[in-house]
Amino acid sequence: MLKTDVVVIGAGAVGCAIARELSKYNVNVIVVDKNEDVGGDASKSNSAIIHTGYDAAPGTLESQLVVAANPMYDEITESLDVPFKRIGAILPAITDEQFSQLPAIKEKAFRNHVYDVEFKTGAELLEMEPELNPNVKGGLYIPRESIIDPFILVQALAENANVNGVEFMLGAKVTDIKTSNGKIESVVTTKGEIKTTYVINSAGLYCDEIAEMVGKADYKVVARKGQFYILDKNTSCQVNHIVLPIPTKVTKGKLMCPTIHGNMLVGPTAEDQPSKVDKSTSAEGLDSIATDVKNLVPDVNLRDTITQYSGLRPNRNPEGLNFNMYDDLAGYINLSGVRSTGLTLSVAMGKYVVEQMLYSGAPFTLKENFISKRKGIIKFSEQTPDVQDTLIKENPLYGNVICRCETITEAEIMQAIHRPIGAKSVDAVKRRVRAGMGRCQGGFCGPKVIEILARELGVKASDINKNNPGSYMVTGTTR
Amino acid sequence: MYNIKCDVAIIGGGPAGLAAAISAKEEGAQKVLIIERDNALGGILQQCIHPGFGLTRFNEELTGPEYYSRFADKANELGVDVLLNSMVLQIDSDKKEVSCVNSEYGLTKIEAGSIVLAMGCRERTRANIVIPGTRPAGIYTAGSAQRLVNRQNIMVGKKVVILGSGDIGMIMARRMSIEGAEVVMVVELMDYLAGLTRNRVQCLDDFGIPLKLAHTITKIEGNERVTGVYVAPVDENKKPIKEKEEFVECDTVLFSVGLIPENEITNKAGISINRITNGPVVNQYMQTSKSSVFACGNVVHVNDLVDNVSKESEQAGKYAARFAMGKFPKSKKEIPCITGRNVRYVCPHKIAISEEIEKTTLFFRVLAPEDNVKLIARCGEEIIAQKKEFRANPGEMCNLLVDTSKIAGDEITIEVVKED
Repeated sequence: MLKTDVVVIGAGAVGCAIARELSKYNVNVIVVDKNEDVGGDASKSNSAIIHTGYDAAPGTLESQLVVAANPMYDEITESLDVPFKRIGAILPAITDEQFSQLPAIKEKAFRNHVYDVEFKTGAELLEMEPELNPNVKGGLYIPRESIIDPFILVQALAENANVNGVEFMLGAKVTDIKTSNGKIESVVTTKGEIKTTYVINSAGLYCDEIAEMVGKADYKVVARKGQFYILDKNTSCQVNHIVLPIPTKVTKGKLMCPTIHGNMLVGPTAEDQPSKVDKSTSAEGLDSIATDVKNLVPDVNLRDTITQYSGLRPNRNPEGLNFNMYDDLAGYINLSGVRSTGLTLSVAMGKYVVEQMLYSGAPFTLKENFISKRKGIIKFSEQTPDVQDTLIKENPLYGNVICRCETITEAEIMQAIHRPIGAKSVDAVKRRVRAGMGRCQGGFCGPKVIEILARELGVKASDINKNNPGSYMVTGTTR
Repeated sequence: MYNIKCDVAIIGGGPAGLAAAISAKEEGAQKVLIIERDNALGGILQQCIHPGFGLTRFNEELTGPEYYSRFADKANELGVDVLLNSMVLQIDSDKKEVSCVNSEYGLTKIEAGSIVLAMGCRERTRANIVIPGTRPAGIYTAGSAQRLVNRQNIMVGKKVVILGSGDIGMIMARRMSIEGAEVVMVVELMDYLAGLTRNRVQCLDDFGIPLKLAHTITKIEGNERVTGVYVAPVDENKKPIKEKEEFVECDTVLFSVGLIPENEITNKAGISINRITNGPVVNQYMQTSKSSVFACGNVVHVNDLVDNVSKESEQAGKYAARFAMGKFPKSKKEIPCITGRNVRYVCPHKIAISEEIEKTTLFFRVLAPEDNVKLIARCGEEIIAQKKEFRANPGEMCNLLVDTSKIAGDEITIEVVKED
């Protein structure tokens, strides 16, 4: 049986951030996840925004963590080489009724200790964002709302944790947690049992099912679906800020913003559903995005879409972000209610969890040789011609462009496969280096990526999955 | 950085680039260079192993590889230079410079007397046409599947539904059947066929594959791999009739829902693009809005017959060579080609009126199918060219040969009129 000190269940943004934080200490950590790749659920299909927490419920743990997390991103994205940009958000009021809500929203921001929110007149907003509905009456500017590459954030946290000694057991579903005498004994997975002192449940959508295994499920997770459109980089109508609607009682509403790579993102819907696996988009959902976002940005051209997707945010019932440790179950830590702000608060949650563990007596001592920096894969398309030339001279595979739309070279794909926590599937390659993320959506590069993966992993093409087991790309050879 | 000089630089070594290179050479250009991103010439024809090419041009039925080989052999004989495995990143139309990457030479700069764009096109995807549902494995564009099957000898699935009755879709229906897959049906949104009639007969009817006109896929199902699709008939506004939706089990969905000229380089160079064709605006010399840059083949407008591509590309190669040699015809003015009744677009988009008297072919597509028609080119009331056709189909390109000396006035109108 494997032995460790801490098992983190769930390799999403939160799990990986906790693992990275733990890797600063002399402690053995294994992260387990049912998916074949890190960041495989909510962390990969969201709006890719780093929030300020201006609109959180004041005084809650969620508010504290989001507000604390936002300023941490300058340093962490620099250290871990994660694409990140502080572009700011605007909240335009189109109707008089919306306009009358602005002071209350600003006051809420104040109560959340987000002090840099500013009033802007309609004219000022139109100057900042010319594509805005010309009827805009005025609005708020939230300067520190930011955009990030959510895939790279999770990979970077995981990679850095791994470099610092954390093990990742992927494709391993937790089936049971054994306890005895009010203490954690072991975690049973489909890839074997792990004896451990601590278990951290950061299983997101499935955190209620994990909690159930130790009898601590006093809540349920309800999947809230969000559907999105991604638009082509050259779409006619673009915005420079995160353009947010004034929230209603029911929902935060649908936004439009640039992605860190220059596409436009439009959405999401908010639809509660019983299934935790159904990530389908629907005609009705997609239509509702069109209708709503046109109120904010009338000329948004959804015909320039290159993809649509949906993500499931794990909403808690009863609501609220919860951190729990239990007197009658030593070593078990339960996180629940990590929802749409989960990506943002992940890095603060990492610190919070470890601090709580230390406070309650965990005997972790700081490592002396912690490696705090990570260098990402050098993107050929973003280099100057001279650097490009040098890159090809040093590694000729940089001269072999595989993904035409995003100009991704074979050298980048090879690195995605062979780095720590390497890519094993077509989507894992895509999330690391963007091959297949462009306008042809893998039409040209897909067949080549399958070929490269099979070659590098030493398997048959029919063993290559799009994502998880069962998602085989091809069925075999021709006659 | 590696530097090359040439008279005519041609981006793309598919049928368009090859035909342009040959005619540039024949026109007298000394050094003609094809820059190709693949490891061989031929472009998409390499994966088109079925017959049906060359009926117009050679009066015989060739496979894709046979068709392009004739051109590749000729280009080789004439001493056309070829740079393989080289992806063009950008062009500078003022400096007449092409930048590309190549594993062997690194970043490469090509100084040319003129440039021909022959990059072809790419396929519209499931996402472009917004088909809802999940995003499992097993969803391919017909062309990607064709590449996997024909060039990599890999089968993409066992039970297939195809959306779109374009030529590639129908050809892949046959190909997948021959390879032992079950093609459940071909679904077409319009109430008429998108591709060539001969392909319907040879690829669907002969293999007993049902064609569902005026139907669409309303949803894709399956979490890891496709498990099926919902198919519904559409009303006159192309909206699915939900009550008649049916579940069709399959593990693979192929999309053959149109092609889009690949103009990333063209756009970056600031060359004018036509809204309908999504390709550069050209005159009859296939010259774009930047005088040193020419364009031909599917990068200009999507063709159904490669024979037409070859013809149009020869024109581009010829005049690109003349431009590089300083022998380009001086034009007095350019007049637009206007789309008249039942015409979706005309290529070339405009005609340059020069001292030289010449005959030029106008290629165009109709908006809707029509029987017993007359194709007409006229300047004002004056008909300058016309011919009769039994049937005009959006999927089959029409053409008219026009004598440019007959053109009078400020525009030329192309129209399709119903014959009694």
